[in-house]
Amino acid sequence: MQTDYQKLRFDYVRAADHDAPASPIHPVVVVGAGPVGLSAAIDLAQQGVKVVLVDNDDTLSTGSRAICFAKRTLEIFDRLGCGARMVDKGVSWNVGKVFLHDELIYSFNLLPETGHARPAFINLQQYYVEGYLADRAMQLDHLQMRWKSNVVGIQQHADHVELTVETPDGAYALRAQYVVAADGARSTVRKMLGLDCSGRSFRDRFLIADVKMKAPFPAERWFWFDPPFHRNQSVLLHRQPDNVWRIDFQLGWDADPVAEKAPERVIPRVKALLGEGVEFELEWVSIYTFSCLRMDSFRHGRVLFAGDSAHGVSPFGARGANSGVQDADNLAWKLRLVVNGDAPSALLDTYASEREYAADENIRHSTRATDFITPKSAVSRLFRDATLKLAKDCPFARRIVNSGRLSVPAVLSDSPLNTPDCPADVFSCPLTPGAVCADAPVTIDGKETWFLNQTSGGEFTGVYFCGLDDDTGETAQRLAALGNLPVRVRALVVAPRGAKPPAMSGVTVLEDVEGIVAHRFDARPGTFYLLRPDQHVCARWRALDVDAVSAAVDRATCNTNVNG
Amino acid sequence: MSHLNLEPNIADMDAFYEHLINTHDGLSDADSHMVNARLVLLLANHIGDRDVLAEALARARAGLTNALS
Repeated sequence: MQTDYQKLRFDYVRAADHDAPASPIHPVVVVGAGPVGLSAAIDLAQQGVKVVLVDNDDTLSTGSRAICFAKRTLEIFDRLGCGARMVDKGVSWNVGKVFLHDELIYSFNLLPETGHARPAFINLQQYYVEGYLADRAMQLDHLQMRWKSNVVGIQQHADHVELTVETPDGAYALRAQYVVAADGARSTVRKMLGLDCSGRSFRDRFLIADVKMKAPFPAERWFWFDPPFHRNQSVLLHRQPDNVWRIDFQLGWDADPVAEKAPERVIPRVKALLGEGVEFELEWVSIYTFSCLRMDSFRHGRVLFAGDSAHGVSPFGARGANSGVQDADNLAWKLRLVVNGDAPSALLDTYASEREYAADENIRHSTRATDFITPKSAVSRLFRDATLKLAKDCPFARRIVNSGRLSVPAVLSDSPLNTPDCPADVFSCPLTPGAVCADAPVTIDGKETWFLNQTSGGEFTGVYFCGLDDDTGETAQRLAALGNLPVRVRALVVAPRGAKPPAMSGVTVLEDVEGIVAHRFDARPGTFYLLRPDQHVCARWRALDVDAVSAAVDRATCNTNVNG
Repeated sequence: MSHLNLEPNIADMDAFYEHLINTHDGLSDADSHMVNARLVLLLANHIGDRDVLAEALARARAGLTNALS
């Protein structure tokens, strides 16, 4: 039987902490079972960290809300063991079209090249994303989910945080070494700590109409500036699973947010787009405004803020939920090393600095898109309209048109965790230290798989590119040494097509069947890349030197004094 | 003869556009017109090539009808 994730309720269970005489200190408590909190909790549990996830109610997202999940997020969901389900259910898309009035001015393809496991985007209702993550979470031994558990108090101590959790059985104290606050834009944890999330609010209102219908539109993102069916405003159309279509209507600041939600106001707007005679039903209606803001710091002692609690963006570019899941991706492995005593707590400061940098990038892109869609002055509107008029015939103007720069992961170029390239090691590819590793098709023992799937075990990965005539015995020895480092590095060997390197114990050999891995990494025989557990490149060399790798791992885990 | 380049030619177009719009911050409409006029003159002088400028002028005017006719 199919689960109705919109109606699903989770069972509240009385927590053992109610009755424990001295409640234990849990390694990590995550507050908020949205996409970000669930991702963080699953990631930690998969990496062997015991985690308690508390949520104030017992249901999933109300309404479709965040619907666009980007390639990078899907790769993270793959690592969390539920990417395939998302992609199977979701509507995959790569193409966007931009219209001025009723004329197509250009279209773009977000993933023009093949050789990636995942599409540029899928559209999937947030309740499915949360539902699939929750299903995955419930499979994990190290993860306890506690529904109807509302955090109403927080106190930071030298070696732990104490939360007061209110439940149907009354309140109890929940203690943790670290708390991940993924409790959304109106974060109560943030409020209780007296912290701010500040930035810029936009004076505009948008209407979301989710419409159920059989329609001939393709699975593409369609964006209209000033269409004849909704004059002087913008409209965005997206396809979701279950024959549901998301339509965003820009309404302007003067629109009445209550009146505009009434079906008798919404239905004529939808009919104007679809034409009379198209049958549809309203699935979900919402009016929203937005701000671009962030907290000054995502780390406050033993409390780490992730997702909407830490930063907010406009919806143009799908950078909200996507960046939040990337926060979780960045945080989980660092927390694991810190609670296990394998890295100092300074590593958590790099969670904050790296994701604050990413948040600034997301805010910058979404602010620029918003300023283009909603010009803030007459002259801004004039330039916007001139750009749109030129765009049909002038390629440069298409580059200016901004209906949302769609979410791609930040390149953490300035991260202190990166080991800069040696000047003598020249690379010409985008996989610089700080970048997310690229995907590519490979085979293992003749079986097709994807490169990123082989780097998803939550450990550091060392990727060694071998030649056709390598001394494999000697290489195997050096790769084996990587497994014995204090923070171990899992070795992967990428062999050129047709090469038959002998089996090496503890080392996975990938065949680069189409040569795409070597191309995307600009690799030559001997090239070595060090990947973090979150699949970001943190160092690379033209030759494998175990001491250099060891130093780079120390640096990427804050286990070294850079000046020392 | 040189031609007007219609391909993207600015490295970070979004940053440029933001800078362009922000240059007008706080100005009256009349002053914004003045900024735009000065900008056209400055850039035209920088380009210098009359053929390129003639193409740009024609393309900028295209599609706009004569108010007197």
